[in-house]
Amino acid sequence: MSETILQIKHLSKSFGANIVLRDIDFTVAKGDVTSIIGASGSGKSTLLRCINLLETPTSGEILYHGENVASRKVNAANYRSHVGMVFQSFNLFNNMTVLENCMVGQIKVLKKNKEDARKEAIYYLEKVGMAPYINARPRQISGGQKQRVAIARALAMDPEVLLFDEPTSALDPEMVGEVLTVMQNLAQEGMTMLVVTHEMAFARDVSTQVVYMNQGVICEQGTPADLFGNPQRQETRDFLSRFRSN
Amino acid sequence: MEKIFQLGADIAKLWEKYASSYFSGMYSTITLALLCTLVGCLIGLLCGILQTIPSSKNDNIVKRCVLLVIRGFVRLYVEVFRGTPMILQAVVIYYALPYFSDNAVKFTSIWLAAFVVVSINTGAYMAESVRGGIISIDPGQTEGAKAIGMTHWQTMTNVILPQALRNILPQIGNNLIINIKDTSVMSIIGFTEFFAVHKTVVGATYLYFPSAAIEMVGYLTMTVIASVILRWVEKKMDGADSYELAQVDALTMSAGTYRHPAKPEDLLERNLEHERGK
Repeated sequence: MSETILQIKHLSKSFGANIVLRDIDFTVAKGDVTSIIGASGSGKSTLLRCINLLETPTSGEILYHGENVASRKVNAANYRSHVGMVFQSFNLFNNMTVLENCMVGQIKVLKKNKEDARKEAIYYLEKVGMAPYINARPRQISGGQKQRVAIARALAMDPEVLLFDEPTSALDPEMVGEVLTVMQNLAQEGMTMLVVTHEMAFARDVSTQVVYMNQGVICEQGTPADLFGNPQRQETRDFLSRFRSN
Repeated sequence: MEKIFQLGADIAKLWEKYASSYFSGMYSTITLALLCTLVGCLIGLLCGILQTIPSSKNDNIVKRCVLLVIRGFVRLYVEVFRGTPMILQAVVIYYALPYFSDNAVKFTSIWLAAFVVVSINTGAYMAESVRGGIISIDPGQTEGAKAIGMTHWQTMTNVILPQALRNILPQIGNNLIINIKDTSVMSIIGFTEFFAVHKTVVGATYLYFPSAAIEMVGYLTMTVIASVILRWVEKKMDGADSYELAQVDALTMSAGTYRHPAKPEDLLERNLEHERGK
């Protein structure tokens, strides 16, 4: 078994009286592509945001190479620089060009020099097919293009894990493909990924592990073949059948 | 018609005699307004930044107390200087020092006094503008910055403030124009700006209306030039409307907008190249 990168233990999160996540447990090993599926409001995105410490877990542990990053003593910024995140709404920096978006983190956080940062940024932009657009500003490119730049920006930080928070949900249908292709390529190259998605085909064909969440708990998890081919729980079957009929 | 000629003649007469006074008054006005807007913006920026430092329940008690005190202080400053007339602020600040120190300490230069008053006053307005500019930026921008490991300070200086400043640029312009006009109340403490020249001139010539006409045109010229320059700066800050496609190297020629997965051996080779490059 390969090296464990992230281990989530008994993670819970509530907003006031509203309990969003209950006792979540799962492990991400190097090279895993984990898809988190489930209905809207099941806590998938909150889970991902907790893992990147954008939300503070109410209780439980997030172990990154054995160190609990959910504790107050940990430097969140430093941890986040090792864990990339791609958002549903892209969140590219509007005051910068495509190239600057991919360079700023390397220069300010990783303290690289400009020339190295530029090379690295262009390498990854090329990888997502956005190299010709380095001089464009976020408002000048399409949603699919923005998301590919956002992926390049995350990759340029050379992260150990990439978190995707519904990366295709805000896109027009004809742009979903280009983003999924990029993600699929990354998976094939061995990138460790944790993907919250509504794209069942992606979850089934690309991931190595699927987590089905329902009402704040992990209802079922397993390999795509098991979960899609032979779901054990009634809730899982109901959820999947709704997708098939659509 | 006769009156119009009369006005022309009076203005000519005033101009001949007092042109240099008017010009030096305009010079003082514009210098004071520019300087004070600049310093006021810096004060406002500082207040805005201090007010938006996030504090959560997880922070230690000292940090939270310090932040609370800072916020209270900024709030007090803003309320006092936004809520009282600048003409009174000038009198209070100018005469407070000698009053409390039995004339031992006072402003040695009217310039300095006027500068302090107008700057502090502008700062109070700008503090609110900057705070508004900062909180108007989409929280997604902050999250995007945090997600690549930026600290609060790095996020502020690289992502939030550049956008916030662009958004409040019209406000800064407003303040500059207001300052060009409102520095006229500094004549109460004896500062000889553009309007003070008018008072001197009419004291000697009793030509109230012709002098006021010159003043009107003078102020309008200054404010119009200021707003034209500000519009230009705004446009500059927005960057170009279009962008050029870059040809980084021959490989991207084939990239277009959509890149199909390359053949595995190509991919491998390029990855190796990349590794070597590191």
